[in-house]
Amino acid sequence: MSEYIEHDKNGVSVGLVEKQFYTFAHPPNEMILENGTKLGPITLAYETYGTLNPRRDNAILILHALSGDSHVAGYYSNDDSKPGWWDIMVGPGKGIDTNKYFVVCSNILGSCMGSTGPCTINPETVLPYALDFPMVTIGDMVRAQMALMDYLEIDKILAVIGGSIGGMQVLEWCVKYPQKVVSAIPLASTTRHSALAIAFNEVARQAIMADPNWNNGNYYSGDKPDLGLAVARMIGHITYLSDESMRRKFGRRLQTRSNFSFNFDADFQVESYLRYQGTKFVERFDANSFLYITKAADYYDLEYQYGDGSAVKAFSKVKAKFLVVSFTSDWLYPTYQSKAMVQAMKKNGLDVSFCEIEAAWGHDAFLLPSERLSALIKGFLGRVHGEIQP
Amino acid sequence: MSMERSNHNQMRFDLEIIASWIEPGSKVLDLGCGEGDLLRFLKDHKNVTGTGIEHDEAKVAQCVEKGVTILQGDINEEILDYPDGCFDYVILSQTLQQVYAPSELIRSMLRIGKKGVVSFPNFSHWKVRLQLLLSGYAPITPQLPYEWYNTPNIRVITLKDFRKYSKKVDFEILKEVAINTQNGAKWGSVIKILPNLRANYGIFLIGRV
Repeated sequence: MSEYIEHDKNGVSVGLVEKQFYTFAHPPNEMILENGTKLGPITLAYETYGTLNPRRDNAILILHALSGDSHVAGYYSNDDSKPGWWDIMVGPGKGIDTNKYFVVCSNILGSCMGSTGPCTINPETVLPYALDFPMVTIGDMVRAQMALMDYLEIDKILAVIGGSIGGMQVLEWCVKYPQKVVSAIPLASTTRHSALAIAFNEVARQAIMADPNWNNGNYYSGDKPDLGLAVARMIGHITYLSDESMRRKFGRRLQTRSNFSFNFDADFQVESYLRYQGTKFVERFDANSFLYITKAADYYDLEYQYGDGSAVKAFSKVKAKFLVVSFTSDWLYPTYQSKAMVQAMKKNGLDVSFCEIEAAWGHDAFLLPSERLSALIKGFLGRVHGEIQP
Repeated sequence: MSMERSNHNQMRFDLEIIASWIEPGSKVLDLGCGEGDLLRFLKDHKNVTGTGIEHDEAKVAQCVEKGVTILQGDINEEILDYPDGCFDYVILSQTLQQVYAPSELIRSMLRIGKKGVVSFPNFSHWKVRLQLLLSGYAPITPQLPYEWYNTPNIRVITLKDFRKYSKKVDFEILKEVAINTQNGAKWGSVIKILPNLRANYGIFLIGRV
């Protein structure tokens, strides 16, 4: 156990964790992607927390969103200043209790945090794939995760859990592998992007592609499209907040000045905040990955792909028990989208619970500390785990 | 003659009676299920597969924490999504007096459920009658503890009213029990003589005609 047990303000941490890697789909057995092209070898970066029990029925798979990674909880070293991205939820005694469950999270296919993506070296050219990387889909990401589950010898997953684009993967898991999934928790998610969500993604992509450094994706040996990626992140951050949260957080307050500069400096706190978020993001994220993942999310359409346009038909083979959660101020994946999936589940006679949490923080709310959300997840997991005991 | 009953399972007396009507292993929908006590009881003691619908977020969360399947939403809307006959029982416990369109709701209950259970406070209890007669003010009782201006109870219903109503909306009363119990109490009595005058709650098992 690590020293963080003493001072972690959000409760006891899982302590020190290690990023691991699993490589599969070696040629000539490449993975055939949904768009028909082949990809291999494929590496997934992943982390695990807790212990798989002898019956192997306590595995939980967490699926991350656009810019996340496999590092859900804990610290890589004692000098680490920040824990994993969902440390408030995942740990001993927390909403997803690592004393009870074996938790797995892998970095998604197409990302840049250790899994194969456009910044990975293409074995054929010995250069980064860049735009030669095939267009991967949410379905491809999930099939890669399935390969990891096979490798870990997890036959049935107690719960697949994820928010936003992670929630899309949750739904994909349930329809693609109905026999494998006992239960599922899609948070602040949707079966398909609205025009509004696609529009914001497109503006963000255009910002990257308009940066001269982007150079049709070939920037790995020179200057990176940092400005474009920063603007893309700024756009994203606006959609993760809400009118109310921005009013509360920033209002029209000025940043370290009492009067307007009457030039184009960051006068307002909100400008300064967005610039900071943008700059911070380019240090850790690859612009091409941003393009690929947002496009995969935009293409995703569960109704179209599995139900000929009908959500009811799309869920007709699903077996999982669901806990669907939305947040009142989320305007990127609004409650009506969660309710639509709940309606389709009800019409199929599925066991589904739904809660809309009152929260001012917009789409971001699913990542912020919430006793309500922790209690919901803990209660639901306790129940579904109890129900599969002999 | 009234029959005393006590409840050892720590559930409200009226819910205990409703639970006694539910066949083991059946599928149940509880409209306005509150904190999910009835559904939890039915799951534990009768192997019932249940779902609740509740408006209040905090109560929804309590249901999930208890291991009850629950949908947050409006009962009048949520009920529309279910296919015909997909539940054995649909329960509307102590909520009818707050429903804006009761006939539509009861028809929906009997569309998606083979049987329905409806309970409500009896407005023709002698204490209610006496209050109005003697004081001239709108009655306030432990069962309906509100002033006219802050009550969520938009309808006053008597046991006789509900029987008459069954013919109008075309459903059959399969079973009925009139009870006397205090609010939230785990004990009470079944009233057989002059129930419309002496019972403070009525519980009805209803079915399609």
